Amino acid sequence: MNRLSGEEWQGGHYLSVPLSSHTHTNAHLQRHTRTHTHTHTHTFTLSRVVPSVAALMTWLHSAAFTRRLARSIAYLFPSGLFDNKAKPLMKHPDEVFPKQRAVQWGADGRPFHFLFYTGKQSYYSLMHDTFTKALAVEKHQDRLRGKGLFTQDAKQISLVGSRWLLKEELEELLVETISDHDYARFIQLMERLLSLPYCSAEEDFVQRYRRQLEIQSSKQQVQPLQYDQHGVAYSTGDGRRKTATGTVLLRDSGSGSISINGTNYVHYFPVLQDREQLMFPLHFMGVLGRFDMQCSVSGGGHSSQAGALRLAISRAMLSFLSEGQVETMRQAGLLTPDPRIKERKKPGQEGARRKFTWKKR
Amino acid sequence: MEWHQTPGNHALCMRYHSTPAITTSLSSPIKVPPSSCGQEAVGMELETRPETLSIFRTQENDPACQSEQHLGQYYTVPPSHFHTVFPHGLPPRYQQQVKTFNEGCVMVRQPALELISHLKRADYSKPTMRYLLYGVKGSGKTMSLCHTVHYCSTQGWLVLHIPDAHLWVKNCKELLPSSYHASRFDQPIQASNWLRNFRTTNEHFLSKIKLRQRYVWTKRESTEEGRPLGELVDMGVSRVKSSSDVVGAVLKELRLQAGGTEGGFRLAVAVDGVNGLWGRTTLKKEDKSPVAPEELTLVHNLRKMINNDWCGGAVIATLSQTGSLYAPSSAYLPQELLGEEGFDSMDPFVPVPVSLYSEKEFESCYLYYLDRHWLQHPHSRTEEGKKELIFLSNRNPSVLERLCAFL
Repeated sequence: MNRLSGEEWQGGHYLSVPLSSHTHTNAHLQRHTRTHTHTHTHTFTLSRVVPSVAALMTWLHSAAFTRRLARSIAYLFPSGLFDNKAKPLMKHPDEVFPKQRAVQWGADGRPFHFLFYTGKQSYYSLMHDTFTKALAVEKHQDRLRGKGLFTQDAKQISLVGSRWLLKEELEELLVETISDHDYARFIQLMERLLSLPYCSAEEDFVQRYRRQLEIQSSKQQVQPLQYDQHGVAYSTGDGRRKTATGTVLLRDSGSGSISINGTNYVHYFPVLQDREQLMFPLHFMGVLGRFDMQCSVSGGGHSSQAGALRLAISRAMLSFLSEGQVETMRQAGLLTPDPRIKERKKPGQEGARRKFTWKKR
Repeated sequence: MEWHQTPGNHALCMRYHSTPAITTSLSSPIKVPPSSCGQEAVGMELETRPETLSIFRTQENDPACQSEQHLGQYYTVPPSHFHTVFPHGLPPRYQQQVKTFNEGCVMVRQPALELISHLKRADYSKPTMRYLLYGVKGSGKTMSLCHTVHYCSTQGWLVLHIPDAHLWVKNCKELLPSSYHASRFDQPIQASNWLRNFRTTNEHFLSKIKLRQRYVWTKRESTEEGRPLGELVDMGVSRVKSSSDVVGAVLKELRLQAGGTEGGFRLAVAVDGVNGLWGRTTLKKEDKSPVAPEELTLVHNLRKMINNDWCGGAVIATLSQTGSLYAPSSAYLPQELLGEEGFDSMDPFVPVPVSLYSEKEFESCYLYYLDRHWLQHPHSRTEEGKKELIFLSNRNPSVLERLCAFL
């Protein structure tokens, strides 16, 4: 619906009295459109009681209003009112409304679940189930021992690359709140189940309460190596730290010479710490004398420029390294951009954390 | 001089010589055969102790006899020479190193050898040759200059060593108006200091050289013709007020007498940081207006010395950005540091570039520090540690020295 401000209304040459609020206008408009077959008597009485309403009705039927309405719709909904893309996107109701318990007792007031009066029926029933399964596995083991078929090296459940459900996730699953202690007891019980040699029978049950971990290094995009006209491999990388940005061109089969913005790196970074930062990725992978580097850096101070270049060098080196080495670099923290920036100064304080001098009187 | 065995050295020696036995490896051509240059008695003694000789040291302690085969090796300045030849010329960090290691070892490098060969072959009846050492900061210009000065003093030259010309154009607390020339300024403290060191360096010349002119200092004091130079210098040291004029007089006398046939001596003028003579100064007159360098007596006289209108000696100078005023830190070429005026005054000169350590020189320095137990950290003995050192210092001598100082 077209929302016209008070000024615009005044701009229209039909009214001399400004309208007070949008809701007032809208209510009138809505009432008008909805009740199309409304008796004219009502509007007649209204228009007699409130003189502006008559003028409003006239405006609404005017050509100027129609034109304005069309322009506004074209502005707000470029594809039109009835296009697929203009449909409002709504989330699934399950995502919006939290899961609620259905009614737990029948018409006679008796609860359905036998553990209702514990207060945490799903949690305790889960614990009971788990323990039942553990007992079943132990019974199976005893039977095998009795037959003499018991072996220690039965097939085990593979737990690599997965983690237990977090407390929040478990709460979501059970649709009830549990305490930290309860969660710890649950994990303890699961671990006990897993300690039995023949627990692979309950693998499905256990995996329901585990989540897969994503492999971080697969997110790293490694650029392929490029070769220049002499057949020498080279790669580029860029990095940022605070406000400094740096780019590096790494060339293979070099002598370890580094030039930054055209000058020698010993001259550009007279401080030892900055040169150590540059050295870190190369020294870590043990390729100190192998590469030649041409760097350019701008912005920030000397420390942040060194940090930016370090990130750029690590990224450029990825193309020369194998998968395992990329993973070790990631774990060393060489590929993580440093998210720290200058903290905002707050009003009423002298700096980000420093308060003004406190005076007793 | 101390010699001691270090187990690491033997292993490192064996890297260079494929022979397994240590004693046979030391009979390689690295050792200098006794030559007619007059090796010192100390050197002869040490030849008989082969197991302490290492790849980076040489027995040839006389700069005159050193040649390309000694490139990259350390020779020791005999302690007896040390205080006479270098009362004031060495870089301060090197002086500390000498005190720590209890010996003064200088590396034989290409620029110094080149200079020495020029000096050997020069014709001293022609006007003086000027040699200019230039290079990036910390590449070893002052040390090469000191090596050349050592050579000159062993050859019996008279050495005029100005340790840093920048010291004369900045941080001067007392500026007296000159008595000799109205518009000039004297620097009594600097002049008297320099005269004292000059006296230490050239003791034996002071009695031999006689003045050719009469110098009047005040109404009551004057130095007659024919008096020895030593008297003049003593007077300058004791009468601080007129020391700057004494310096001027000394320089003039030496200039006149250097190329002389009777009792002639060779004069070496070694100036460190020569670009300070033609720049700006930070000194101010009483009315807060800046003092130009030519208004300082010392600078004025030194400039006359550097001109090539006298013969019988050589002028060896280095450029220095470290102490210079109003020069950008990336400047190291003669044109940038000397400025137009300086370049025109120095022109023509023989430029001698001083570069960073080569691989061999770096190796030698590294072994020297290991030998002196200067590199204490166990990781520095490994190959990787050496690569780290190369990376962090980029083979710059002074940067390497500062780096190793806390390892």
